[in-house]
Amino acid sequence: MDAKVITKEKLVELLDQFIRDYEVLAPVRQGDAVVFGQIQRGSDAALDVKRTTMSPKGAFFPQEEVLFIFDGVEAQVPTESGARVLFGVRPCDGRSLTVLDKVFDTAEYPTVYYGNQRERTFVVGVGCNQPPDTCFCTALGGEPFGKAGLDVLLSDLGDRYLVEALTEKGERLLEDSALLQDASEEDIKEGKILAREAREKLNVDLHIEELKAKLGGMFEDPIWAEISMSCLGCGACTYVCPTCHCFDIVDELVEVGGNSGRRVRVWDSCQYPLFTHHASGHNPRPSHRERMRQRIMHKFSYYVNNFGVIACVGCARCLTGCPVNLDIREVLLTLAER
Amino acid sequence: MQNPYEPQMTVIEKTITENQAGDIRTFQFRFREQAARDAFQFVCGQFAELSLWGVGECPIGIASSPMDQDFVQFTVKRMGVVTTALHRLREGNAVGIRGPYGNGYPMDRLAGSNIVIVAGGFAFTTLRSLTNYVLHPDNRARFGKVTIIYGARSPGELIYKYDLERWATRDDLDLHVTVDAGDDSWTGLVGYVPSVLKDVAPSADNALALVCGPPIMIRFSIPVLLELGFTPECIINSLEMRMKCGMGKCGRCNIGGKYVCKDGPVFTYAELQALPAEY
Repeated sequence: MDAKVITKEKLVELLDQFIRDYEVLAPVRQGDAVVFGQIQRGSDAALDVKRTTMSPKGAFFPQEEVLFIFDGVEAQVPTESGARVLFGVRPCDGRSLTVLDKVFDTAEYPTVYYGNQRERTFVVGVGCNQPPDTCFCTALGGEPFGKAGLDVLLSDLGDRYLVEALTEKGERLLEDSALLQDASEEDIKEGKILAREAREKLNVDLHIEELKAKLGGMFEDPIWAEISMSCLGCGACTYVCPTCHCFDIVDELVEVGGNSGRRVRVWDSCQYPLFTHHASGHNPRPSHRERMRQRIMHKFSYYVNNFGVIACVGCARCLTGCPVNLDIREVLLTLAER
Repeated sequence: MQNPYEPQMTVIEKTITENQAGDIRTFQFRFREQAARDAFQFVCGQFAELSLWGVGECPIGIASSPMDQDFVQFTVKRMGVVTTALHRLREGNAVGIRGPYGNGYPMDRLAGSNIVIVAGGFAFTTLRSLTNYVLHPDNRARFGKVTIIYGARSPGELIYKYDLERWATRDDLDLHVTVDAGDDSWTGLVGYVPSVLKDVAPSADNALALVCGPPIMIRFSIPVLLELGFTPECIINSLEMRMKCGMGKCGRCNIGGKYVCKDGPVFTYAELQALPAEY
């Protein structure tokens, strides 16, 4: 499909069209936060928001996900069906989906839950004309107009959007819409200039290649005690992170002493002491030092060795969401400079 | 698509209280569906998640031999929420099982080798599975000399006494059972596992040593084995970690980049030396 354009007024109509056919999730304001939620009208989408408070990972890997509903010893798997559109995903978050796929979408243990959510969802991204200055996607191989993990990419050309279908799925989503017009060569060129300018604006170098090469040998480095000193262990960084995927599985009963209820997979965090606490009382990661090291090592060393990619997309939510302003960029630079 | 989180239902066929304290019991399960049993093909050293709806799941090593096709056994110490609930169950109650998980013992390497088993306390379970597998008439000829050094705190804490008695009568097995402290009726060895290991001094020639037990026992047994000439590649450990999924996804049981549930729980001492000491 050739590139299209759509005016900003028509985009709201396009969303309304999607809402007639699909469940549509988009950034919406919720108190002080902006999260991905279901919208009933195209005008409800907060597309001006540069960085949602929570990443859209919850659309595929919900904070709480019912694995089974049981009654006595009989259990059923709740299934969600019907196609849906996840609209307004920023390229870093789109890329994070390709990171999560490595864990949840494996041949050895296909996860029916995550796989189903991925399959039934069209992901529509919006490039970042003015990335916030805390962002660092470019330091990790990403781009403000990156395409990874997205089915469609929108580029804001002022009064209109350039619309590019990136996958066969994206083409299917757009194919019937009369609201789209063919993009001119000028539109396409303008989109390219925007992407380049945004990339140049994010001129952040965190010496990631040096870090990757040396991090494996830094397990016993005394720096971890220093870096983790101000950490409160609240785990906020792991909750707002688009690639953090650790979870717990808990059973919930409808009533105490009853035998019907649900088995729920819930987000968990490597920053909590109970995360690794053995039944014997032994804990291999007893303090912030080990837990902070685990978080950094997992993303920048273990993940790279296991899957060939860094488990960080540079969205900067962990630093903007940290109550003590622990800045992962500073942490990475400190480590790279050791 | 098969749901990897779905437990297969089994019925408790038999329970055996293993120790004097009464907090270690062996549960024998029979799968409700034969197809589920047929699908549950495991190797010694693997584990499974035992599941009680409304309570939760816990990872437990498989204690029976793969040769026992009619049932599976797990020996469970009463420790937390799930194991306590399990201990309250009786014959006929239903329990879910999902798995098997993990790599298991290196059966290819063990075939044709002499086997030295060094076990302490309750950690004997998967090595008991291995011993019964090796001693099975269909398998015995494929393995070399078998030496077992097994110890517990006191005579009452030795588990699988019925197996120990049976094994003691065999002439194709060198069995040394020891306790940290004996009692009036105890006539066997008294002493810690590492020192008994030193006295028995099994040959490292064409041998693999399998070590399972409390960390302190492992820490003192490994230098003895190295001194006896076992190379780090020929010393095999099985590790424990807090786990949830069993499939390398939930993120808590890793040592460096290796997940104990998926890449382990069985590691050679050489492999462990290459990993950060975070276990």
